[in-house]
Amino acid sequence: MSEHDPKIDLAKKNARMGMSVFLVVLVMLGLAFASVPLYDLFCRVTGFDGTTQVSEALPDTVLDRQVVIKFNADTHKSLPWDFKPEMREISVKLGQKGLTAYHAKNNSDQTVVGSAVYNVTPFKAGKYFHKIECFCFGEQSLQAGEDVSMPVLFYVDPSMAEDPHMDDVKVITLSYNFYKSETKELDEALEAFYNAE
Amino acid sequence: MADHKPGFFSRWFMSTNHKDIGTLYIIFSIIAALIGGGFSMIMRMELQEPGVQFLTDAAGNPNGQMWNAIVSAHGLIMVFFVVMPGLIGGFGNWFVPLMIGAPDMAFPRLNNISFWLIVPAFLLLLASALVGSPLMTQGLDAVQSWMDLLGPGAGTGWTVYPPLSSTLGHPEMAVDLAIFALHLAGASSILGAANFITTIFNMRAPGMTLHKMPLFVWGMLITSFLLVLSVPVLGGAITMLLTDRNFGTSFFNPEGGGDPLLYQHLFWFFGHPEVYIMILPAFGIISHIVSVFSQRPIFGYLGMAYAMVSIGFVGFIVWAHHMYTTGLDVDTRAYFTAATMIIAVPTGVKIFSWIATMWGGSISFKTPMLFAIGFIFLFTVGGVTGVVLSNAGMDTALHDTYYVVAHFHYVLSLGAVFALFAGYYYWIGKISGRQYPEWMGVVHFWMTFIGVNLIFFPQHFLGLQGMPRRYIDYPDAYAGWNEISSYGAYLTGIATVWFLVTALYTMFAGRKVGENYWDAKPQSMTLEWTLSSPPPFHQFEIQPKVK
Repeated sequence: MSEHDPKIDLAKKNARMGMSVFLVVLVMLGLAFASVPLYDLFCRVTGFDGTTQVSEALPDTVLDRQVVIKFNADTHKSLPWDFKPEMREISVKLGQKGLTAYHAKNNSDQTVVGSAVYNVTPFKAGKYFHKIECFCFGEQSLQAGEDVSMPVLFYVDPSMAEDPHMDDVKVITLSYNFYKSETKELDEALEAFYNAE
Repeated sequence: MADHKPGFFSRWFMSTNHKDIGTLYIIFSIIAALIGGGFSMIMRMELQEPGVQFLTDAAGNPNGQMWNAIVSAHGLIMVFFVVMPGLIGGFGNWFVPLMIGAPDMAFPRLNNISFWLIVPAFLLLLASALVGSPLMTQGLDAVQSWMDLLGPGAGTGWTVYPPLSSTLGHPEMAVDLAIFALHLAGASSILGAANFITTIFNMRAPGMTLHKMPLFVWGMLITSFLLVLSVPVLGGAITMLLTDRNFGTSFFNPEGGGDPLLYQHLFWFFGHPEVYIMILPAFGIISHIVSVFSQRPIFGYLGMAYAMVSIGFVGFIVWAHHMYTTGLDVDTRAYFTAATMIIAVPTGVKIFSWIATMWGGSISFKTPMLFAIGFIFLFTVGGVTGVVLSNAGMDTALHDTYYVVAHFHYVLSLGAVFALFAGYYYWIGKISGRQYPEWMGVVHFWMTFIGVNLIFFPQHFLGLQGMPRRYIDYPDAYAGWNEISSYGAYLTGIATVWFLVTALYTMFAGRKVGENYWDAKPQSMTLEWTLSSPPPFHQFEIQPKVK
């Protein structure tokens, strides 16, 4: 066998080509999994699917334009809570501080931890809806029979007035869906957290 | 034996020969088609009249889950176990090496693995239909009718969207089995695609540049790239679904902060290229047939090749046109509408080039040519309804109606499947060395052509009238066209039996043919016609040279 046996050369060339194709396959598989955090980031940045924004403070300007904010509450059947908004709706000016509260009551005879997922409709309002404080930022733990009022502090970004796509938006619905979170680790972590304080 | 053919078991069960593996794929595809087609017969029987006649439980109540499972199995089987193995595994394996003058595929053993992955994949999918059946839960005594052999199965549609496919909608194991089936089928396709890419890039005969490559090989090359880029994304998505179902992750589970919509994006990032994966090899086959039977060189060869390249590329950036009703904002919908419509341009290039090839040609209307012209006609109908549906505004009304069902059956069931038949009649003489009786092929064509049009054309009307897809029953207002659609299905069923008879007759008693039995002229010549029919077990041991 000489060094330049065409059959061996071809086999080497084929192996190289085959390996590069499999490299592409691995990259695409990796991208599929990378899409999970990327999609999350994308939603948070662009307000996609009505993902709301998180802010530290209220804006300086308040415009005259009013929006009605409606409040919706759903509870997953596995969570033995009564969960509802204390007000059906309020009207705020763009940039004005909005404050409301949701009411939750644990109907069971033991401590239950829940967490809420949320969005706003119309979806396109997501990037203009800012929350400063919300019970949905973390887990909520309710003792047996406990009854709490949970505030939400928010504002609607005044820059919404400059977006022609938002001209038709007179009502924004803020929706929460409470789920049970029930991992042991989580319970222990919560306990440690409160004990530390 | 000059050919060095191994014995029966080694030859067919341990095969590394591209032609034998191609034959295995074709047989597999035909068997899967009979099963998948059988499901569609059940569907059309059930939909022939309003009310639920057949898919009922022992007490006579409609069994909607059974219906969903049959719909899902029909879709998955036809896509993954009929069209893909037929066009890619079958004709691709057979004719890519022959057309480029190669002795075999680049990785013959990998080729064997590709085929033997698709068989267990199919068995897993069929097994998912048995999960929870009375036979499995209560034993043989519980079986009172054939319905008792089947369980609730995986009624998720071929799209397997959560939350229907998560433990919320399907707590049983059926969906897990379906996911494993897709894993294996996906692995099989990826291995096959890697094999084709390497073969086509490295093993062409000297002188055959990319710009001289037959269009079927072009179609296979682009299809392989689409497979490599899209199937891993499906693999990722269904793996996430699997861990969501079994290991408590929440990729698509809102309780843990996941989003079911992400699954739809991932699925359609695969799913849209997938429809081009199924049609690009078909485009290649049709090009050769039109050229040979018109005795004219293919019109605009380079345009045809690059039209396929651009269809493949644009196919990756239009996925959300399947998701117009998921709340995309108006700019996003405008983009996906425009991008989708752009695909009509290269597709139009292809349609018009086929017509231009025929123009002024000396056309002989043999069975392959009948199927090819049928393909061009029906694919154009499906393409036009596709442009209608690409409009986000129109689609809002037509989403998930029978209009969509009619559309994708015109491009797939009447497009890709016609190309399968065209390829079969065109090449069966080369594959088996025996020719089918022409009159039997012509009868098969006309029965199929009339049958499938009777099935699917009325479904446009049903869709425009608002009949939703994926339901076991419908209001009486839709009865008329549904009845006609079912008659079309029975005619197509008879045509399929006719095809089987023709195929068996051809295999055992067909007339023996020589190497170039279609009398392909130099202007439409491809290398397979330079070999005997069937070709020797090992061909092109001395590489041919292409001028």
